[in-house]
Amino acid sequence: MNENIKQSRREFLLTGLLASAAVAGCNTNNPFAPGDDQIKPSGQMVKLLSVDGNVIEMDKAFLKPVPDLPPVSNSEARRGIAGKKFVMVIDLSRCKNVRACQKACNHMHHVHPGQNWIKVLSMEESAHTAPYWQPTTCMHCEEPPCVKVCPVDATFKRQDGIVLIDSDRCIGCRFCMAACPYSTRVFNWEEPVLTKEEAAQPYNPETSTPQKRGTVGKCDFCPDMTRRGELPHCVSACPNGVFMFGDMIEDSVTNGTETFRFSDLIKDKAGYRLLEDLGTKPSVYYLPPVNRNFPYESGLENKYKPDHTYEDAHKLSTKNN
Amino acid sequence: MEKSISLKADQITADLLPQKFGKRGMIWTTVLIIVALFGLYAYYRQLRYGLIVTHMRDYVSWGIYISNFVFFVAISLVGSLITAIFRLTNVKWRTPLTRISEIIAVSAIVFASLIIIVDMGRPERFMNLFIHGRIQSPILWDVLVISTYFFISILLLYFPLLPDLKILLKFKEKTGKRLNRLYRFQGSFWKGTRAQFRISERSISILCVLIIPVAFCIHTVTSWLFATTYRPGWDSTNFGAYFISGAFLAGAGAVVVAMYVFYRYYHLEKYITLNHFDKMGRIVVMLALVYLYFNVNEFLTPAFKMKESEKGLIRQLFAGSYAPMFWFAVLVGMIIPIFILVFKKGRRPFPMFITGIMVVVGAWFKRYIIVTPTLLHPFLPMQNVPTSFMSYFPSWEEWAIDAGSLAGALLVITFFVRIYPIIPIYETITEQNEKDEH
Repeated sequence: MNENIKQSRREFLLTGLLASAAVAGCNTNNPFAPGDDQIKPSGQMVKLLSVDGNVIEMDKAFLKPVPDLPPVSNSEARRGIAGKKFVMVIDLSRCKNVRACQKACNHMHHVHPGQNWIKVLSMEESAHTAPYWQPTTCMHCEEPPCVKVCPVDATFKRQDGIVLIDSDRCIGCRFCMAACPYSTRVFNWEEPVLTKEEAAQPYNPETSTPQKRGTVGKCDFCPDMTRRGELPHCVSACPNGVFMFGDMIEDSVTNGTETFRFSDLIKDKAGYRLLEDLGTKPSVYYLPPVNRNFPYESGLENKYKPDHTYEDAHKLSTKNN
Repeated sequence: MEKSISLKADQITADLLPQKFGKRGMIWTTVLIIVALFGLYAYYRQLRYGLIVTHMRDYVSWGIYISNFVFFVAISLVGSLITAIFRLTNVKWRTPLTRISEIIAVSAIVFASLIIIVDMGRPERFMNLFIHGRIQSPILWDVLVISTYFFISILLLYFPLLPDLKILLKFKEKTGKRLNRLYRFQGSFWKGTRAQFRISERSISILCVLIIPVAFCIHTVTSWLFATTYRPGWDSTNFGAYFISGAFLAGAGAVVVAMYVFYRYYHLEKYITLNHFDKMGRIVVMLALVYLYFNVNEFLTPAFKMKESEKGLIRQLFAGSYAPMFWFAVLVGMIIPIFILVFKKGRRPFPMFITGIMVVVGAWFKRYIIVTPTLLHPFLPMQNVPTSFMSYFPSWEEWAIDAGSLAGALLVITFFVRIYPIIPIYETITEQNEKDEH
């Protein structure tokens, strides 16, 4: 049952993507193209959400898997996916500091040992307020201070709302790191620790890999995954469904098992954004830590242990190889 | 003072010709070269291993390279003060100090540019600034104004040098063949005709007017590298004026130190007189008071409010781990110099020299205090990072590179003085003649 739901969510996302591709005028992969009469209806109907927010029913046989997409060019990576406005909702009432998001993210992006793109912060506003766990990603601000200060357009904002870094262009001045009020950016202080295969991959701003020495890195909302209609690694890795990812234009977010109408979710649960008074307008929303699934203390057992070996990570890993 | 000395043109020329290095000069130059080479070696290590050799990490992502850059930009402002502002306000006694301040300005701005390249993670992509430059970024503003300032300063150094080159060309046997060739290359077109003088005078006047807004720009824009961010301690509308006033003070301090060295070790007592020290002393007092005023502005109001985001930083500066350096910069860099220099005895050469050093050293640490502590107070707590990320003390490579850059700047000045007359010969003679006529 659960598996079934999961399956249909994926299809839902896939179709959403395809439908938007069709709207964008790209007809080559259109499963609804007329004349496609070899396909026989299976009789199994699925509910889908159309681009304009209507629920439509469709025979499953008309759905096609998205073929492996060719790697995007630099200019495509800079433009982003048309008709999308990606958004993330992080439900603090569900987080117990498992840090599976962090591990998955670090693993998939080959983040240097000791550094993290996602930090799960132990927050406490003041002495008498309740502590809680707060995963922090890049906020993919609508008014990104990092993009404003970048002298070479190495970090840029795309039409789908994602803020990315082009490590082939970054000069490593680190002005963006000083400008980011969320301290989300990390720097490749030394040669990244990579296996031969990882290092041999072609670089792409959408995968952010392989990372390059002397350039800045950060959470990228996994645009390579969303392009394939899949969820970012942190979202699918979280066992507690803390992260919900989706599209503001479709007005829906999902954590892989549950899907919500974004606007309702934010309204009902009093969603908010971090450091709103700075005017950065983040694309990441938080749901307050009320009616929690886990007590704060349950996260303490997994408390972050400082990695003393940051400076030696390279030596250690080359020894292991 | 000056009335008692009436100098003949020949005497002036003989006094002011560039001097060969003595024993002291050789030791001084050798030490500087060694320090600079050591800095180069440290930079080689940084190029090889990456910025990992520094102790900058993700939170403190700017360290003493950036504070040293700010220091150099600050020092370089003095060129515009003494050459341009004094010229336009008709301050007569500036003549022997113009070239000193201009060469300090040029060498400081050169090393400011170099140190910023040292700070880059990918220095080989420097050209991206021109290929992909985005004019919205304050860094690009800095690139533009600093290069403009460099060229104006070079011209302000060069034009007044032309009549002196003509004089130098006459002393071939004294200056040597190689230098003679250099002088000829740089100044043989200068015949000293009335028309040439008119063009030169006019160009210098225009440059003097031009350089003042550019000078204000270089340091205001440098302050905006910080003030355009949200960070506590940097997010301040006071920053431009605060930086400019500090820069004039630091540069004036540097000129005082240089004045003493030329007065004492190059035996130019007849030209850099006690009167000059007295006047510069008064100026330093005034500049220190102005800078102190902007410091009060910068810290009193946030400290009065103690906003949550600023509280940690202010406590750390006033009474925490950065307090010794903070108060050192305020006391040694501003308050004590004021107390020394308000007294006439304090404005004698040697006490002035000591105060000059205090001002310059205080200024260097002041920039450290402006850059680093702020970065240790981000809006979100510092967590999920190795312990080495939560504090900053420069690595030996960073110290070596900074020391090397300072040595390099001093070397440029030292060699300049070896090659060219540090006090303008022609202008000194002209002024002497004018004085004699009266």
